[in-house]
Amino acid sequence: MSSPTRSPQDFATAISGGVGSSPQRPDGALKVTGEFAYSSDLWHEDMLWGATLRSPHPRARILGVDITEALGMPGVYAVLTHEDVPGRKFYGLEIVDQPVLAIDQVRYQGEAVAVVAADHPETARRAVAKIVVDYQVLQPVTDAWRAVFDPDCPAVHEAGNLVRHQPVRRGSADDPAVRARADVVVTGEYEVGMQDQAFLGTESGLAVPAEDGGVDLYVATQWLHVDQRQLAPCLGLPPAQVRLTLAGVGGAFGAREDLSMHVHACLLALRTGKPVKMVYSREESFFGHVHRHPARLRYEHGATRDGDLVYATAEVVLDGGAYASSTPAVVGVASSLGLGPYRIPHLAIDAYGAYTNNPPCGAMRGFGAVQACFAYESQMDKLAAALDMDPVDLRIRNAVSQGDVVATGQPIDMPMPMAEILRRVRAMPMPPDREAGSDVRTLPGGVANTTHGEGVVRGVGYGVGIKNICFSGGFDDYSTARVRLQVVGGEPSAVVHTAAAEVGQGLVTLKAQIARTELGIEKVTIQPADTTVGSAGSSSASRQSYMTGGAVKLACEAVREELFRLASRRLGREHDDLSLVGGKVVSRRHGVLAALVDVLGDEVIDQTREFRHRATEMLDPTRGQGSSHVQFAMCAHRAVVDVDVELGLVKVVELAAVQDVGKILNPQALEGQIHGGSAQGLGLAVMEEIQVADGKIRNPSFTDYLIPTILDMPPMRIEVLEHADPHAPYGLRGAGEPPTLSSTPAIVAAIRAATGLPLSRVPVRPEHITGT
Amino acid sequence: MDFLRPATLTDALAAKAEHPDAVPVAGGTDVLVELNFDRRRPPALLDLTGVAELAEWAPDGDVLRIGAGVPYSRIIGELGSRLPGLALASRTVGSPQIRNRGTVGGNLGSASPAGDAHPPLLASDAVVEVASIRGARQIPITEFFTGVKRNALAPDELITAFRVAPADGPQQFAKVGTRNAMVIAVCSFAIALHPSRCAVGTGVGSAAPTPRRAPAAEEFLAGELPWGSRRRLSDAVTRRFGELVASAAAPIDDVRGTADYRRHALSVMARRTLTWVWQEHCEGGWPACA
Ligand SMILES: Cc1cc2nc3c(=O)[nH]c(=O)nc-3n(C[C@H](O)[C@H](O)[C@H](O)COP(=O)(O)OP(=O)(O)OC[C@H]3O[C@@H](n4cnc5c(N)ncnc54)[C@H](O)[C@@H]3O)c2cc1C
Repeated sequence: MSSPTRSPQDFATAISGGVGSSPQRPDGALKVTGEFAYSSDLWHEDMLWGATLRSPHPRARILGVDITEALGMPGVYAVLTHEDVPGRKFYGLEIVDQPVLAIDQVRYQGEAVAVVAADHPETARRAVAKIVVDYQVLQPVTDAWRAVFDPDCPAVHEAGNLVRHQPVRRGSADDPAVRARADVVVTGEYEVGMQDQAFLGTESGLAVPAEDGGVDLYVATQWLHVDQRQLAPCLGLPPAQVRLTLAGVGGAFGAREDLSMHVHACLLALRTGKPVKMVYSREESFFGHVHRHPARLRYEHGATRDGDLVYATAEVVLDGGAYASSTPAVVGVASSLGLGPYRIPHLAIDAYGAYTNNPPCGAMRGFGAVQACFAYESQMDKLAAALDMDPVDLRIRNAVSQGDVVATGQPIDMPMPMAEILRRVRAMPMPPDREAGSDVRTLPGGVANTTHGEGVVRGVGYGVGIKNICFSGGFDDYSTARVRLQVVGGEPSAVVHTAAAEVGQGLVTLKAQIARTELGIEKVTIQPADTTVGSAGSSSASRQSYMTGGAVKLACEAVREELFRLASRRLGREHDDLSLVGGKVVSRRHGVLAALVDVLGDEVIDQTREFRHRATEMLDPTRGQGSSHVQFAMCAHRAVVDVDVELGLVKVVELAAVQDVGKILNPQALEGQIHGGSAQGLGLAVMEEIQVADGKIRNPSFTDYLIPTILDMPPMRIEVLEHADPHAPYGLRGAGEPPTLSSTPAIVAAIRAATGLPLSRVPVRPEHITGT
Repeated sequence: MDFLRPATLTDALAAKAEHPDAVPVAGGTDVLVELNFDRRRPPALLDLTGVAELAEWAPDGDVLRIGAGVPYSRIIGELGSRLPGLALASRTVGSPQIRNRGTVGGNLGSASPAGDAHPPLLASDAVVEVASIRGARQIPITEFFTGVKRNALAPDELITAFRVAPADGPQQFAKVGTRNAMVIAVCSFAIALHPSRCAVGTGVGSAAPTPRRAPAAEEFLAGELPWGSRRRLSDAVTRRFGELVASAAAPIDDVRGTADYRRHALSVMARRTLTWVWQEHCEGGWPACA
């Protein structure tokens, strides 16, 4: 045993790959070399292929479905309609309103009407084409504003077109005496187009019927247990007989929160008694998942001559499309954070979620906060211009900080360095000016060679956003982790098992990092995610580092305690100052007591823990007050753009970002999140939109739904702050979503600065700039 | 679906004659997308990648004869100085992967109004060489495009090559897309100056049912350019040229852009590219007309 004077810190360097470092992703090499098995690569002996018949109409009555010819085709094993759904005929994340297969009517273009299983994907598709549906086509409801406010508008669902209205009130924004105090008032109407998550791996999975009459589903998803909860009743099975295993996920961004092919593959597998695989094509995928809610937003801000906000109002109408999906929760975020991270004594916000016959909308990175952020940041710029004030100064002057309350009256009881991140992002060095004779790839239009500098004007803009982390509004949010510690091959080794979905964000890496740090060992194995362990909640709301990270930490702590009890027993003496460092049990007073391997011997320590964040409240339905959120996160961007003002083309020259994350758990993964989130915000600013006309998608392909390329996404300057949140594991703050909020308004502000145009809609299209 | 893979042009022509509804595949970057999207179910595919003759190019008298199967990356690398307009257009096609596989022959085969090779071929009076077991034909590029995604090929014919004179003056190409790379043209424009004969060539892409020239603009400019001098062009000339190019177009509103925007963008690109070619002309090196 070594000298008792050494403190545990001396051994801390013994473990590599712990919290705070950037160990290589376990799936990294496989993904880069193309060997990683995604859900679309699943294969089973004797499997069938499923295919889906979808409605070509956004709204129609179904007068009849004739499956005779399809069913008679050789190679076809089953053709199912809603009549074949053995259990509950509907499912839904928050509201059970979506039919497993359409019943008597369709409410959006692409709604699933029937499914087929055949021995070849081509046969399945041909059989789908042979199903005859008699539609009585109806005029679709396509205007969300009208759907909510016009009493004469037809109802998409029997109970009406309003999914949720959430008002938020503080002070008296409509009191004329209050309004009179504002020297300057700016109003604005904004519009956000329908963005798509545009993941690269389309919806896919494999359902395998089991001997017990149940089914095993291998699927790319974001939350195994919420799938299970929705699937079991539809299949008429107890949840225990619907087992899910996470298959390789090719991106998610919210689009995998809802069920897609899951229920159809299971139905077909149970009906045919054979494994059934389903893979959506790229085009089908655009109809197979929910999108970001398009929004119409009406804002008014009043301020004193000095730039103090006096009052503000916001009306946000979100088009939820045909089914509710997570619209109620999106409305919750859009309302509670609808005016952003600013101190506003008098405010009135009304957020509405509507049913229409447009494509269903639900979760996407930023979740209701993105739409609002574009509007309130546009307003802050407008107000700064009206006050003849620097837009960053105006923001700093009104920024909330720890000790303030947000619009819902919730006290901010964690560090909230809004003003600091704004100051820092402004202070970052500027990119160099454009040089004459620049490579066309650095200019608007890029390789397409549209300018050699003619018409190019530079602009700079800022944006800041606030996003809630974890599930809000009183939801009992928890994650479960099981950690097993034992000696394998003479080495202490831990196995971590959770049901949390690795969607590319790097949770598999982080779970191992946490186990290494907490247990002081190197060897950690991550078990595949499935439903044999308790729920981990969703890989969304930037919550998995917090929640599943928290659960792994908690389970490791339980393992550690048990190990210490074991150590005390083995050493014949109680110690209350033990820690695990570098594979050794260390006493603060006496130094290294024993090797972990010796303490463990043949024992297997196996602990499962549920981690819960602190409780939240529902917003009250009339004034929207309540501590509805767990944690607030923030990011600020500065965008520098070159705009070809004659052609309306934009080159984002640089994005600078400052984000506070409480604690950096994995620097490389964090940087990836900031880059990726900023890129997705850039996409919304200048190109990404599902164009919908009369309820129909006009561009369901990557030829015409454009996402940024390497020539669109500029290099970034990033600064990360670590003001620890005392309520969170390691003090961390969820980091995935905030960069998506603020990059959009920053870029649009920069384009406005270059062009002098008001630009109230995203994505900004060339013709918005040229006026043609 | 049958898969035919001839090793020689003779075999390929025989196969095409025997299976006129077989779809030729060069780089496959259009065909495979169509198959994947289930837009096309041909009874047979005729893979031309084994036909070495199609992947060759060589000077033939005053012109270059370039095999239909030469990919964009080789046009950029091997012919960039002789065909600068086509090389500029080739650089804007898709991504490196697409440029490694995609061919001008395939672009002509698809005959999309948005095909990027078409405007520079129009601007430099290219000729498309097609063949069948019945013999070979030379089709002037202006007669090659017959409608939206339709061309002058007979069912038994293959495109074997295109013929085009090496640049005898400055050439430019510009294309508007709503992203800075890997984008289908919203509209595009090519210009070629032929100082030796005091003529101008143009090509307009993605702004009419077929790629087309802008004859009135060409004529106007050929008359206005102070060929023998190095005078700066007046704004009036560049503006008028832009207007005439725009008026040669017959664009539509679609998901990629509005008709009005396309006309506007064409006039801007025409003005700018004219300025660039004239600048290059003034810098010298090109033969002048009498
Ligand atoms: C991601 C992506 C990006 C793209 N970007 C662009 C772009 O920026 N600009 C652009 O113009 N195009 C673009 N395209 C389309 C495509 O790459 C081009 O049209 C290319 O020139 C096609 O060439 P290919 O050799 O791949 O043709 P193929 O797909 O092999 O064939 C195309 C058509 O031509 C016919 N054909 C081929 N060879 C012959 C022949 N010798 N004789 C007769 N018929 C023949 C085929 O039957 C088919 O109808 C893109 C495609 C993809 C997938």
